[in-house]
Amino acid sequence: MSSTVITAAPTGAADDRVKGGRRRFAAFLPYLQSLPLWLVMGVFLLIPIATIVAVSFWDDQEYALVPTFILDNYRDALSSRVTWDTYLSTIRYAVIVWAATLAIGFTVAYFLAFHVRSTLWQMVLFQLCAIPFLTSNIIRMISWIPFLGRNGLINQTLIDLHLTDHPLEFLLFSPFAVVLAFVHLYTLFMVVPIFNTMMRIDRALVEAARDAGAGPLSVLRHVIVPLSLPGMSIGTIFVVTLVMGDFVTVQMMSGGQSASVGLLMKNEISLLQYPSAAAHAVVLLVTVLLMVWAILRVVDIRKEL
Amino acid sequence: MADAGVELIAVTKRYGGTVTAVDAVDLRIPSGSYCCLIGPSGCGKTSTLRMIAGHETATAGDILIGARNVTELPPAERGTAMMFQSYALFPHLTCLDNVAFSLRMRGVEKTERRRKAAEMLARVHLDEMAERRPAQLSGGQQQRVALARALINNPSVLLLDEPLSALDPFLRGKMREELKRLQRDLGITFVHVTHAQDEALALADLVVVMERGKIVQSDAPRAVFEQPRTQFVARFMGGHNILECRRTADGAWHMRDGSPIIIDTAEAAASLRLAVRTDRMRLMPPPELPNRLHGAVTAVEYHGPFVRVALQDKAGDDHSLLLSEQDFYARPVALGDQVVAGFSPADAHLLAN
Repeated sequence: MSSTVITAAPTGAADDRVKGGRRRFAAFLPYLQSLPLWLVMGVFLLIPIATIVAVSFWDDQEYALVPTFILDNYRDALSSRVTWDTYLSTIRYAVIVWAATLAIGFTVAYFLAFHVRSTLWQMVLFQLCAIPFLTSNIIRMISWIPFLGRNGLINQTLIDLHLTDHPLEFLLFSPFAVVLAFVHLYTLFMVVPIFNTMMRIDRALVEAARDAGAGPLSVLRHVIVPLSLPGMSIGTIFVVTLVMGDFVTVQMMSGGQSASVGLLMKNEISLLQYPSAAAHAVVLLVTVLLMVWAILRVVDIRKEL
Repeated sequence: MADAGVELIAVTKRYGGTVTAVDAVDLRIPSGSYCCLIGPSGCGKTSTLRMIAGHETATAGDILIGARNVTELPPAERGTAMMFQSYALFPHLTCLDNVAFSLRMRGVEKTERRRKAAEMLARVHLDEMAERRPAQLSGGQQQRVALARALINNPSVLLLDEPLSALDPFLRGKMREELKRLQRDLGITFVHVTHAQDEALALADLVVVMERGKIVQSDAPRAVFEQPRTQFVARFMGGHNILECRRTADGAWHMRDGSPIIIDTAEAAASLRLAVRTDRMRLMPPPELPNRLHGAVTAVEYHGPFVRVALQDKAGDDHSLLLSEQDFYARPVALGDQVVAGFSPADAHLLAN
């Protein structure tokens, strides 16, 4: 390339100019190559967040947004009893769902990784976990209703078996139903990363532990659990952030009786109170980032990424 | 020390009912000896080792360690310890905790087990590395940690699965020496699986050559090398030329290319195979080496202390000669030269098949 340029250039000065231009271009090239990423990140992440942050300081009067800089939205959000209760309830959901998905996810992943010997069956069973996720969230939630409802399958069966004489009310439109739906929706987000880490555990380590006299429970406790921690923390980040930001599941499965931060924002948006919704969004973002930071403090997941 | 010989009686391992990895193997490894199981991949040597360790259950047969039948016992109750090929160090534990792991499993109290593990690490010269993770160590250091971890419970039998294969040649030589020294000092039985002939010959008191799930020869290293029982052993251990010979009607023996050969044998069969060590053949032989090979030089390799000359006879068979550097350069040959190689009938070893 450069040799053709040199021979084609008639004079030394022109030659230098061309070479200088090429060098500047070459130095600029890496930035150009990262441009698509910057564009995507900018358009889909930085600009939206910047907009939300900006709007959270605006004022709204009647049905108009007033671009200004006031802290009222934050003051209102943080001083309201409702906000605190809602956060508490959302965090409670997050913790319960996290514990349940972790327990189920770990068990499923452990079974798939260590007890299913053939790769074919591993793939088949793994697909079986994943296939429900090809349908929409809403469908998967709605399908619980005929199952859990007052005259649903469970209650009918229990009554037919004479285990109870009146339908159980806590099954649907209750915190129980919310947690159940969350667990159903998000367990896969635990299974996949944990399974992934477990598949990377050298099987010889299990034998080495058995050689040293470890029973099945000791192998689990001293070898498999510590080595699966990165997967567990990635799953935790998924589940916690998903539950913290959710509003559909809580609304549908609690029958409107339970609050969540996402729901709070949705209500404000439907009242066209964009600035206070934006303030809530920023508070939620900070809360979730703090939670993720805390998780990363406990487990170093860098080597998994 | 209690008797810790290992005895296998008709031990068989089948996978999935069809593949026979180990086929009715009988073997007696004397207590306190260094035994090397050697063979090509898939010959059943690793399965045999893993059955002794208890990580694989024998399909049939019995495994005895000392006077105990351990066939049905879990690994930790056999008095064996295994050193894994990839070392299998726990990546989340420090070296010290790796070494102390089995003490922890036995419920040894913390300060006591850390003290013992530190002693064991000092024994393999790794005391300064105690608080490091395995990933922070070199391959040779990782291996010494694995060795310390295997030895912490004072096993009566140490099982080593290709322990030197991941090391570079220089380190391999050093570790080989260290293993042998350790085995002598501890006086325990070592069973070492390898596919490297030099390793087996250098280390073992007993070399066990395996082929397709069976033991083909089990002998002292020198006996295995000097008197390979079969063509397979001769080829696998290397350093031999194999000559196929046929008896003609007049009772004289000939090689495949028709040249006559003198054989000291009362063999009645019409054909047989001989193994002749490559270093016992000479180029331009004197009259006291009456057996002659005629061929063209196809390769000359300089190895430092010796030179390997390859030749092909008229029948298309390849032969190798290992000549001392001095001998070769006294009368060098070049690629394509027609040469005569000779050997004494006394150096021809009769093979069983």
